[in-house]
Amino acid sequence: MNGELSTALPSVGFAGTPTRNSGAPVGDSRDSGDDSIESLAGRQVALIDLLDRLLTGGAVLTGDLVLSVADVDLVHINLRAVIRSITPDEPAPW
Amino acid sequence: MTSDAGTSSMVYVYAVGRAGTPLDGAFPGRTGVGDGPLRTVRAGALVALVSSVPNDSFGADGLKAQMEDLTRLEVLARTHHAVVEAAYESATVLPMRLATVYLDDARVTAMLAEREEEFRDLLSRLEDHVELGVKVYADPREAVVTAEPEEEPAMSPGRAYLRQRRAQRRSHRDSYAAAGAIAAEIPVRVAGLVGGRVAHRPQQGDLAQGAGENIANEAYLVPAAHVADFRGALTGLGEGTPGVRVEITGPWAPYSFATPPQAPEGEGTDGGPR
Repeated sequence: MNGELSTALPSVGFAGTPTRNSGAPVGDSRDSGDDSIESLAGRQVALIDLLDRLLTGGAVLTGDLVLSVADVDLVHINLRAVIRSITPDEPAPW
Repeated sequence: MTSDAGTSSMVYVYAVGRAGTPLDGAFPGRTGVGDGPLRTVRAGALVALVSSVPNDSFGADGLKAQMEDLTRLEVLARTHHAVVEAAYESATVLPMRLATVYLDDARVTAMLAEREEEFRDLLSRLEDHVELGVKVYADPREAVVTAEPEEEPAMSPGRAYLRQRRAQRRSHRDSYAAAGAIAAEIPVRVAGLVGGRVAHRPQQGDLAQGAGENIANEAYLVPAAHVADFRGALTGLGEGTPGVRVEITGPWAPYSFATPPQAPEGEGTDGGPR
C-alpha cells in the first residue's frame, strides 16, 4: 500500500551535518535523568535548532559593529535556499 | 574613532555576563572561532567573553563568505555555541548573535558601558533560567496507517485507490488540525511555569530533519527549578494522536531571550503569526 504523500519532506541531512538530534519525544523525557545543566555537556544539537537561535536570537548589538545586523540578514537571506526558515509569503523579520 | 590602522585582528564577542563570576577566568584551554584563546573585556560590572579573530576571515567579506558556506557556517555556529555553553554552565550570560565582531577591545568596552543598564536588567531576568524548545510536527504519513479504511474485498482497484486517496487527504487534514490543536495547548499547559515565550519560524528545508512538517517551533524561558515540571506538563502530549509529534529540545542558553522583550507580557520579539 502506498503510504507516501506528496508533502512528505525528505529527511536528508546535509553533508557534514551530524544526524544526531537532541530533540526527544516528550514521552521520553523522564528517562533522560537529571534535566539540569549537566545534560548540556557533549550534546550535539541539531544545526537547524542552533541556527534558529544564533541567527534570530542572541543579543543584537548595534553601533560600532564591523558586520552590521543588516549584513547578517543579507547573508541569511542568501542561505534561504538551504535553510528556508522563512516561509515564502512572509518576509524575514531579521 | 580609535586608530585601527595596522591592527590585524578583530574581536569576536560570544556573550556578556557579570564581572566577579567564573567568566573572569575566560576558560583557559578552550578556544573560540578561528582557534584563538578566549579572554574577557571588562567594563564596570560587566564582562564580555571574546576572542581575537583575524581580519581577513572575520571582516565583513570574510564573515559573509563563512556564512554562505554551510560547512563553514556550521563550524562557526558550533564553535560559538560551545563557547556560550561553557560560559552558561558557570554563570548567567547573555548570548550574542552569531558573528558579532568589533574592531577592537575599546569598542567592546564602549558598547558594554553604553548598554550596561539594559544588560544588567536582562541578566537579572535570565538568572537561573534556561531555554527549552518545543516543536510540534504534523506527520500525515504516520496518521494514514491508522486512518486506513477497511477494504471491501470486491472493490475494484480503481475504487480502492480513490478511496485510499480520500483517506489520505482526510488524514492529512486531520493531522494538521490535530497538530495545530496540540500546539495551541502547549502554552496553556506550561502557563505559570515559564517566564517567556518566543515563536521561531517553523523549520523547513533540507536542514529540517524531523519526520513530517514542523508547524510550531517555540522557545520558552523556564526557571531552572521548573524544568522537570515543564517537561512533566508536556508529557504525553501528542501521544495517542497519530500524525502528531511533539519534541522538546534543550536546555539551551537563553538565546531566544537575549533581546529585551517588546511586549509587556514577555511575548516573543520575533514571534510572528504561525
